[in-house]
Amino acid sequence: VKVKLLFFASLREQLGTPGEEVDLPSGVTTVAALREHLIQRGGAYGKAFGGKALVRAAVNQDMVQPSAPIKAGDEVAFFPPVTGG
Amino acid sequence: MRISVQRDDFDAGAEIRKLAGDGSVGAIASFVGLVRDVPMTLEHYAGMTEREITKIAHEAAQRWSVIDVTVIHRFGELSPPTRSSWWRSQPLIAARHSPPASSSWTTSRRARLLEERAPRRRGRVGRSQGFRRRGAERWTGTGKDPGATKGR
Repeated sequence: VKVKLLFFASLREQLGTPGEEVDLPSGVTTVAALREHLIQRGGAYGKAFGGKALVRAAVNQDMVQPSAPIKAGDEVAFFPPVTGG
Repeated sequence: MRISVQRDDFDAGAEIRKLAGDGSVGAIASFVGLVRDVPMTLEHYAGMTEREITKIAHEAAQRWSVIDVTVIHRFGELSPPTRSSWWRSQPLIAARHSPPASSSWTTSRRARLLEERAPRRRGRVGRSQGFRRRGAERWTGTGKDPGATKGR
């Protein structure tokens, strides 16, 4: 399952890339599973997605819950938590 | 309705004059967000930002009687004093002789909706990495559970 990942703000800085195309194993069908998949990579990914900090996600530019499904061709964006300004 | 997410500054007076239009409008409410104290960088998710702001503007147009709405939101490196966003509208109800008592509330409410929903990051323009990492960078905007904001 090929999807496009986008990383914003501190996530982008931690990972050193604004995004990437990935080919996911067939078991990865939700945003939560995708996050788990990225944690398994370890290194900067493990740190960025495995910490206690909340990471928010959007699928095809709509904010979603971790249980949201992902399918081939989706654009999945990850953001760090937000605060008031 | 005009939605613009832009790097460039804008002239608030000129925008208001444009909205004033042909003389059939009774009032214009506006909100101007400013960068205060320290420089900051706003980044945004091109496409999603415009969509989210457009959704908010449509929701406002359904909830209140407005003739037209313009939203301008800046991004990039901004230093005080700088306009970062501007929200304005022309309430249809203002054509009456007495303005509604709630007009200031609705204006701030609309402004708040915009501030809450448009995902963006606020952070000091880094002088040193250490300073930034100590939490000077903040995201602003959607501070709530996405499911909670959907149906509002």
